[in-house]
Amino acid sequence: MLKEKDKIFKNLYGFDDWKLEGAKKRGIWSNTKELIKMGSEKIVEEIKNSQLRGRGGAGFPAGLKWSFMPKDSGKDHYLVVNADESEPGTCKDREIMRNDPHLLLEGCLVAAFAMHAHTCYIYIRGEYYSESSNLQKAIDEAYANNLIGKNACGTGWDFDIYLHRGAGAYICGEETALLESLEGKKGQPRLKPPFPAGAGLYGCPTTVTNVETVAVSPTILRRGSKWFADLGSANNTGTKIFSISGHVNNPCNVEEEMGIPLKELIEKHAGGVIGGWENLLAVIPGGASVPLLPKSICDTVKMDFDSLKEVQSGLGTAAVIVMNKSTDIVEAIARLSHFYKHESCGQCTPCREGTGWMYRMMEKMVHGNVEHQDIDKILDVTKQIEGHTICALGDAAAWPIQGLFRHFRPEIEKRIQERNKRVA
Amino acid sequence: MHHPGTNNKVYKKINDNFEWSSENFKKISEIIKKYPSNRIQSAVIPLLDLAQRQNNGWLSKNSMEKVAETLSMSYIRVLEVATFYSMFNLEPIGKNFVQICRTTPCWLRGSDKLSKVAQEVCETNIGETSDNEIFTVVEVECLGACCNAPMVQINDDYYEDLDEESFKKILQDLKDNKSIKVGSQIGRKSSQPERKFDA
Repeated sequence: MLKEKDKIFKNLYGFDDWKLEGAKKRGIWSNTKELIKMGSEKIVEEIKNSQLRGRGGAGFPAGLKWSFMPKDSGKDHYLVVNADESEPGTCKDREIMRNDPHLLLEGCLVAAFAMHAHTCYIYIRGEYYSESSNLQKAIDEAYANNLIGKNACGTGWDFDIYLHRGAGAYICGEETALLESLEGKKGQPRLKPPFPAGAGLYGCPTTVTNVETVAVSPTILRRGSKWFADLGSANNTGTKIFSISGHVNNPCNVEEEMGIPLKELIEKHAGGVIGGWENLLAVIPGGASVPLLPKSICDTVKMDFDSLKEVQSGLGTAAVIVMNKSTDIVEAIARLSHFYKHESCGQCTPCREGTGWMYRMMEKMVHGNVEHQDIDKILDVTKQIEGHTICALGDAAAWPIQGLFRHFRPEIEKRIQERNKRVA
Repeated sequence: MHHPGTNNKVYKKINDNFEWSSENFKKISEIIKKYPSNRIQSAVIPLLDLAQRQNNGWLSKNSMEKVAETLSMSYIRVLEVATFYSMFNLEPIGKNFVQICRTTPCWLRGSDKLSKVAQEVCETNIGETSDNEIFTVVEVECLGACCNAPMVQINDDYYEDLDEESFKKILQDLKDNKSIKVGSQIGRKSSQPERKFDA
């Protein structure tokens, strides 16, 4: 279990003051100038050594991503913070932004300096109204105290942070869709390459990165990459905020060490499964996009990128959605299919048509209103969508269905048989 | 599932005129400063949001034309954005815009019961506005407060940790023009694990 002293998010629940005064007491902005003085190469090196992996879902090594930014391109560089938190099950960035916004802002300065950016846009989802007003107040405080702005923190580095509210589109959490949206267009993902580090916002070198990734970086620099790398296991280091929702006694966000066993996470922090561990049916371990896991796997699986990949799922955003035996598992996944149908941006045909078709099929499956061969048909369609779209939304729509049939195929077959009996 | 924000038709209303209020006019110059001077189209989402707030929660054709004119964009580019994002309503809504989250994490904790309550108390169907125009009730996809499920957004605010009873009370109080408590309805601070804490 993570020790209190190793926690990065000391005000996750907002018991303390979230404003500048409170933030300073927690050590934020205390020696930012010294961190900046390390120089951009050293900062990137430290983040690389810490083996921090992006917290937005894909788990790409953060230091490596930062190092992709060109040194002198002659253009403006941009840091764009992805605060468009919309993955079902995930509500961690929200807590950072409303309860500890200065942690994020300090991270913005450090990260932007490391990638030679003078400007940072924070793209927050439009529905987070009170979160955006807290964050804006924190930005105003930081400007007023010369922590950002001209000669930020007395480092000689000019740095501006602007908050940009979205308007309700899940797809804008995809980095290139986010950039399109920030440019005032429909949020439809761009083809890659060119990657944002080459040509991103306004055609300039840009790095898009998740709130949590940015927020942990100053603490890593302060306490050293070794401290961070010693937590968790190799390649899955550090701490992570887990959002535990669904059928648990105490749903909550909690910061824990990477690689904590799923069972321990649920029982220690979330008050256990409603009705006890034996009453567990399945868990979606990383937000709606990753395949679910049946209880037999949940008994032993560890919560990190590689362990979950081994069991054909993923850590994603570490949003743990718990379902006990009272759940209609087919409807639970059908609802996610509805989500993806609703959120498909409509650009690529496999996703635009496929998500709607899969949703209608899943709705029929809930009542067993299909034929046995339709199971193979829907699985075939998921394979046709997966990997054949510009962005990962197609994959994300396909995986939960594949996961369902991987582990719960007999359940649907049973429903089909029951329906056939009723009809006959 | 009808939702005024996913409607792609422009609502026609006669004698509808839209001019920026002087307060919003000032805000616009602040917003535009955030973006490079040759990239002010970036401000289209914030400006549509302002226009919608000024126009009682929805965007008329005239208001979108105003946004286009302000940012020197063609109207179709503005309309394209307004139809793409679900937070822009293209038809009039009631005084209280009740958005019930229906995605799996909220559904697991009983969001479908909330939908029933809303239909009863607000005397309207999902996706519609009540006759007295006090409520518009819609079901929406994940609002990102899953550890406080089930939850509902009414206008700008989140109401969390709901059950049928507390939700009924909120709607009834809105109906009676009483003030209501924002956030967790069981006295929980943010998404902390202990439920008994009294803030």
